Amino acid sequence: MSDSLVILDSVRKTFSHSVKPALEGVSAVLKPGQITGLVGPDGAGKTTLIRLMAGLLAPTSGSISVDHCDPIRDADQLRAFIGYMPQKFGLYEDLSVIENLELHADLRALMGEERVTTFNRLLAFTDLTRFTSRLAGKLSGGMKQKLGLACALLGRPRLLLLDEPSVGVDPISRRELWKMVHELIAKGMTVVWSTAYLDEAELCAEVILMNDGQLIFSGKPADLTQRIHDRSLQIRQITGNRRQLLARALRRPEVSDGVIQGHAVRLVLREGVDRPNLNELDAGDEAELVPVAPRFEDAFIEALGGGPGGDSVLAQSLSPVLGDEDIVVEAVALTKRFGDFTATDQVNFEVKRGEIFGLLGPNGAGKSTTFRMMCGLLTPTSGTARVMGIDLKTSGSEARQRLGYMAQKFSLYSNLTIEQNLKFFSGVYGLRGAWQKTVMAEMIEVFRLQPYLGTTPDTLPLGFKQRLALACAVMHQPAILFLDEPTSGVDPVTRREFWTHINGIVEKGVTVMVTTHFMDEAEYCDRIALVFRGKIIAAGSPDQLKEQIASPQNPDPSMEDAFISLVQQHASDVSI
Amino acid sequence: MFSRILTLIIKELEMLLQDRQSRMVLIVPVILQLALFPFAATLEVKNNTLAIYNEDSGRESVELMQRFSQAQAFSQLLALYSEAEVRYAIDNQEALIVIRFPADFSRDIAAGLPSKIQAILDGRRSNSGQIALGYVQQIVNDYSNERFRLQQKNVPSSLVVRHWFNPNLNYVWHILPSLIAIITSINALIVTALSVAREREQGTLDQLLISPLTPGMIMIGKIIPAILVAVVQGTIILLGAIFIYRVPFAGSLLLLYSSMMFYCLALAGFGLLISSVCATQQQAFLGVFCFVMPTIMLSGYASPVDNMPVWLQYLDWINPLRHFIVIVKGLFLKDIDPIALLPNVYPLIIIAIVTLSSANWLFRHRLA
Repeated sequence: MSDSLVILDSVRKTFSHSVKPALEGVSAVLKPGQITGLVGPDGAGKTTLIRLMAGLLAPTSGSISVDHCDPIRDADQLRAFIGYMPQKFGLYEDLSVIENLELHADLRALMGEERVTTFNRLLAFTDLTRFTSRLAGKLSGGMKQKLGLACALLGRPRLLLLDEPSVGVDPISRRELWKMVHELIAKGMTVVWSTAYLDEAELCAEVILMNDGQLIFSGKPADLTQRIHDRSLQIRQITGNRRQLLARALRRPEVSDGVIQGHAVRLVLREGVDRPNLNELDAGDEAELVPVAPRFEDAFIEALGGGPGGDSVLAQSLSPVLGDEDIVVEAVALTKRFGDFTATDQVNFEVKRGEIFGLLGPNGAGKSTTFRMMCGLLTPTSGTARVMGIDLKTSGSEARQRLGYMAQKFSLYSNLTIEQNLKFFSGVYGLRGAWQKTVMAEMIEVFRLQPYLGTTPDTLPLGFKQRLALACAVMHQPAILFLDEPTSGVDPVTRREFWTHINGIVEKGVTVMVTTHFMDEAEYCDRIALVFRGKIIAAGSPDQLKEQIASPQNPDPSMEDAFISLVQQHASDVSI
Repeated sequence: MFSRILTLIIKELEMLLQDRQSRMVLIVPVILQLALFPFAATLEVKNNTLAIYNEDSGRESVELMQRFSQAQAFSQLLALYSEAEVRYAIDNQEALIVIRFPADFSRDIAAGLPSKIQAILDGRRSNSGQIALGYVQQIVNDYSNERFRLQQKNVPSSLVVRHWFNPNLNYVWHILPSLIAIITSINALIVTALSVAREREQGTLDQLLISPLTPGMIMIGKIIPAILVAVVQGTIILLGAIFIYRVPFAGSLLLLYSSMMFYCLALAGFGLLISSVCATQQQAFLGVFCFVMPTIMLSGYASPVDNMPVWLQYLDWINPLRHFIVIVKGLFLKDIDPIALLPNVYPLIIIAIVTLSSANWLFRHRLA
């Protein structure tokens, strides 16, 4: 066995509809019998690279060889060799699990005895045997991906290309998928796993790290994190406001990057600098600076030249929110039933002024339903959802005037220009004349939207799309901001910038309610409610949730560990 | 409140008119239909084949045959010589009508006896067959009247037909007023039904619902742009009808536009009703299609409402196009007076009120 299965040599790919190449000078080597992570934010060129390897696209220049074959010229040879699972796998939602498998087996001309044994083997492998008659559309995100994987494995491929298999999959199913892929590796398969989750990179034998069409790093993930060895720190035992502390820390020249992790602040220092002085940072008397193991994400941000800084120009332009209610958002025995399915079951919580409150949960757990009831998009079956003491169901416009809302998919008008979008959303909230002009000018200035004013949101880079959506949500100076999965699919740099703004807004007294399934987003929250099967199964600050599951074996659990074991505890309680 | 609705309307119009493509979609079909429909959708029968099986060889049958050949409706005459050929000509649609002269035709006429000719029609093309038969009868009548006059006999009483309001039975006069009604309806429906569905699909509807706008304001913001689009399109056809096709416009423009307003409201109500039960643009489009087809078929445009079974006539009362076609034609050709217009205007108002309020109700309740 040679030690290179796929060889990429200065691969370049341009598409006619965009000026910038999708891939530029990418050279890398993929070794057989191991898992290679293709890691990078959305739009980095991961899918293009996978499609090039699968022979579905031809490179503009450069060469690709897969097991000494050219993917385009020797397509017939490679077809038996490669298993490919695209991002939106071709599952027919109206067909059952077994019908989907049969269809794909027919397409691969897999017949007779071999077909039966293959089905049994794959169904057992993916643990789908119990669900063979269920419609694919009714499967959970994780089960869909398993079925997709089963279909991709029908031809017994030696190279398996998986394009973002963990998107829309909750942490528990994600761990199962990883386990399955490791079993395949053990049998000698080579796997390419593309992902935007940087924490998955650490699970790969080697990674190809991409950003903006370019290769940033290729090699063992530990080699990259090694670069920032000793430079990852946590400030613990902070007294005072950790958000303000983060902003102050990020202003220091020696700090390259920083995020909030529960009660602590995580910092990455620049190369060859002294540790920041905690007294100068005003972190409180108890505060201590603890070195922590560097994460892949820290190293990624560092490789890109550091984070976006900690000051939100947006927050500076907002005026403080006044008001005297203490509890701004309140759910009392909130319940929503669809037919005989209870999506939200007797949910209670309170959100205080100036707090970031997170609803965390796997897909389909009911967090979205709860969220939609809180902002008045859905009428509860029973119980009440109050915002600033007002039931949104009964009172109309006035209460809603004080809400800001940013939807999951940055719901903007795709055929209106940026300027028209801003004008429309400010107009809807009653901004007029000179006032409207001033506010719009401020947003354009703060978010640096000037060069894009005449273009439509579709053509914007994702980061700018998100800025625009945020601008549209805060132009009318809301007292409460509802964020529905605000940073899914966004690269870590943009995500930091976004949270810098949110942190700044919260300092002005705005209350933020957010849904998320990203663990690092949950760390930014003051309090989290963990939603599972329509119920809140745990609530508290991120650190409290982590403490709940801390054990001698795992004294310092991550948010994901906490999430998984709390959900599993609950699931087993229920089944008993 | 007014400024917010204005914001909505401006946004809607920007979305409709922003890019060249969507502007073209609104205007080009109207112009194409204006250019093509009056020629294509005519009910006149022209350029057909008349077959003749002449068993007679007398003067009278030849005379009649010559007259047939002069008629505009029949550009070709086909001579047949046997029963088998008659069957073949009809079976293979070689002729629309076969005229058969019996062997004693000329002799009977000469003898002053009543004589008969047979006309065989293709029932598969009953409509054009009937019309062509009308031409044939006309020719035969003219011929026999002439003979009576030549023989200085009194012509037996005969029916003289006059078409009021459209003396020459010009089909363009019939089609263009209806076209104003039909084209405005399709677009008013599509603009309302699809735009709500698009907002639902893109997630922007949530943004609107969470804003201080009320569902009523959102609906008004959808209805007014649709009415504007429909009125502009209607005006294009109106101008084309008057200045290009020279259809006389006898009535009052004020009445036309105000009833068009009610008509558009009724349609927008149906459009919003469709959109409030549809989740995607595709569903909304199919919904519009399912609504538009029967609306046009049962409007009286193609076949008279009076020909329908009575229960269907009652059901058809909810069809806004049925009322509006009567209004447009009345205003165009008859200068109908406002009082006579009322029986067709008040149903539009009732339909608009019912559909709009149920759309509003559904809109609120589907959110729950």
